[in-house]
Amino acid sequence: MSVARELVSWLRFAWATLSSMRTALILLLVLGIAAIPGSLLPQRPTNPIGVSDYLAANPVWAPWLDRLGFFDVFGSVWFAAIYLLLFISLIGCILPRTATYLKALRDLPSAPPGSLDRLPGHTAGTAVGTPAAVLDAAEAHLRARRYRVRREADSVSAERGYLRETGNLVFHICLVLTLIGLAWGSLFSFKGTAIIVEGQAFSNTLTQYDEFGAGAAFAPSQLSPFTLKLDDFEVKFETGPVQQGAARDFTAHVTVTDADGATTRQVLEVNGPLSVGSNNVHLLGHGYAPVVTVRDGSGQVAFSGPVVFLPQDANFRSEGVIKAPDARPERLAFEGIFLPTASSSGSGGMVSVFPDALNPQLLVNVWAGPPKAETGAPENVYALDKTGLTQLTKGGGDPLRAGLEVGTTYQLPDGRGSLSFDGWKRWTKLQISTSPGGWLVLVSVMLAVLGMAVSLTIRPRRLFVRVHPETTTTRLSVAGLDRVEGRGGLTDEVAALVAACGLEATLAATDDEEEQ
Amino acid sequence: MTAYYSSLGMVTSAVLYLVAMAMHAAEWASVRTSRTSRTRRTKEPATVAVVAGGTRSDWESSDSEAAPARTRREDVLGRMGLAITVIAAFTHVLGVVLRGVAAGRAPWGNMYEFVTTSLAIAVLTYLVLAWKFGMRWLGLPVTLLLTIGQGLAVTVFYVDVAELMPALHSVWFVIHIIAAATSGAAFNIGGIAAILYLIRSRDEELGGSGGYLSRLPSAEVIDRISYRFLAFAFPLWTFTVAAGAIWAQYAWGRFWGWDPKETMSLVTWIIYAGYLHARATVGWKGRRAAIVAIVGLASFWFNFVGINLLVSGLHSYSGIQR
Repeated sequence: MSVARELVSWLRFAWATLSSMRTALILLLVLGIAAIPGSLLPQRPTNPIGVSDYLAANPVWAPWLDRLGFFDVFGSVWFAAIYLLLFISLIGCILPRTATYLKALRDLPSAPPGSLDRLPGHTAGTAVGTPAAVLDAAEAHLRARRYRVRREADSVSAERGYLRETGNLVFHICLVLTLIGLAWGSLFSFKGTAIIVEGQAFSNTLTQYDEFGAGAAFAPSQLSPFTLKLDDFEVKFETGPVQQGAARDFTAHVTVTDADGATTRQVLEVNGPLSVGSNNVHLLGHGYAPVVTVRDGSGQVAFSGPVVFLPQDANFRSEGVIKAPDARPERLAFEGIFLPTASSSGSGGMVSVFPDALNPQLLVNVWAGPPKAETGAPENVYALDKTGLTQLTKGGGDPLRAGLEVGTTYQLPDGRGSLSFDGWKRWTKLQISTSPGGWLVLVSVMLAVLGMAVSLTIRPRRLFVRVHPETTTTRLSVAGLDRVEGRGGLTDEVAALVAACGLEATLAATDDEEEQ
Repeated sequence: MTAYYSSLGMVTSAVLYLVAMAMHAAEWASVRTSRTSRTRRTKEPATVAVVAGGTRSDWESSDSEAAPARTRREDVLGRMGLAITVIAAFTHVLGVVLRGVAAGRAPWGNMYEFVTTSLAIAVLTYLVLAWKFGMRWLGLPVTLLLTIGQGLAVTVFYVDVAELMPALHSVWFVIHIIAAATSGAAFNIGGIAAILYLIRSRDEELGGSGGYLSRLPSAEVIDRISYRFLAFAFPLWTFTVAAGAIWAQYAWGRFWGWDPKETMSLVTWIIYAGYLHARATVGWKGRRAAIVAIVGLASFWFNFVGINLLVSGLHSYSGIQR
């Protein structure tokens, strides 16, 4: 019994502590501090290469940071703990305040405090007229100024600025709703990327994605069917002297066939995503795919078509692998570098000096080996598995390197076949995603901003008048109280009320100070 | 050619802000001198705090009997500082406008353009405050900020006029950035006031130095000014972050991706949210709240300068070649 009581009292204490403003404030500042490493250290979800570079550069303490979750701050347990505590604290703050607020909305303003002379702007004096007449005048004046008024036999108290608390509560409730919207989104949404070469099409099934991630409540069978064909992709780069080579315009022309079979031609831009059904299609990146034809030793075409190369620098020096596993008698593979605007660097190597394809060149080295049994195991298309392959060399033992311009063919030594560089195409990286709960996030964020603006602009004020009847006149005292700081003009408003009550001007304010 | 005149306007303003700052510094120093010659007037500076209440005169420097009398020299220096700031603001705003004309778009495409625009908003706000509310006492810290900001802009951040990168081709470009520049200006003025509040309240605690500090309104009034600017800036900053998130949904297909810039913006937002709550919390009012506000300003600047130049992310738009 006493244990249970102790537990209850402990829980009550814990709840009171957690939902106090001071705890919320400390949690808020701790959340701010905890987010800082997430912006300074590379993070796995956004920058995995940065993380591995960082780990390599700091072998002593980086693994410790890794163990503590510093490379995925926003997915770490401690970060989640802070914001969940904060939101629980927030809810613990909102609920009682909402109850108090709803009660205050129904109730009249509270009666004036015992003595008004300690309140700011206090003015006392004598007015002509009966107490009722004075209070009538005061009430009329206050109602005209949109105060809520409480009339008692010997006093009037008035309050305005209820919207401040409304805004305040709307803001905090909307913060909770935003979090719910985000959680909903991450449970039910999916996001995937696919690389599509000009002229090729993408259909919305799991196998067509290069990367795919979905929330716990999303099943791949929920992917809505549509296909998207990339007709062509236009790129414009800065050719002027300032920021030369910077991207200036990307436009993808696509043909979309939706679930009903209706076909439309649409334009996809960086800030202009497509929506196909409930899916959003975004343009994330682009690159080059050299178009090549590989002929084998027997003269047969072993491979033909565009091969996606991945850009390595701002001038789109791109790397990729051309594989011809069906080449006979030996299978062939090429490790290639595509330079859109090739130029020889000072040290004798080749570099790309501009991101657009002004002088495209394909540099390859060649691997060959006996045919491999088809296992059906998935293979990385951007990397070459060199087991069973040997690199072809020049006479001296140096690796064989070939440089091709568009329209040229390189004959491999010893009649192994040839590689033709037929041309190039562009590819785009598209992101297909859904954002369920997005509307909730949007609406609650907008309401939150609105609520905050209201709560920071509206400053509640209370005014009080109390009368004491005298023989022919009425002695009265008037005062005001601002419930929040940062508001001026109380003295003026009290003065206006005083004038409305008919208090004689000679009885000036006793207190010039306006702040509480 | 327009771009040349734009740069000329910016450089001129940076130099003039420096001159104006020197004037205001001399103004501050001249009160010190007057104190030694008029010790009689320095007594009871603490009462200034009480007397300074009122409506408009609230925000004005406290010219009460308690403070040393305004000497002619001090007044002339202050007026000259303000006059030079007006001329500098004119060339500054002209520089921003011409930059937009030269680029054929809103001039907010990179760090240089952003900082010059934000400071132009700050200086115009300051001039309105000085004219309408007699807040010339902000002159020294504001011209210091403008000198450093414009100085950095024309020397370190400067890049030639260029077209925008595709990610910026959006109406949100205008909405997001004008909100960021305006809240940036307000954060800076609010932060300056918070610093002055700390100095002034320390001064009051010590009984008043009698120097230029006694020209400032009471710590309480400065605190209220600081609060008003930050209370204006905070919803606008919230809107900036929210607009950025909506734009990110358009451009990159996600509201929030923990990009370094997004993260630091959130950190800044959290710090200012902490400031507003601190003011309503016993034991945090006043001094501690002001320190939180100053930390918030530091975070804002770090987000702007540090993240742009040191950390690579999706907001790497400075255009500065490294």
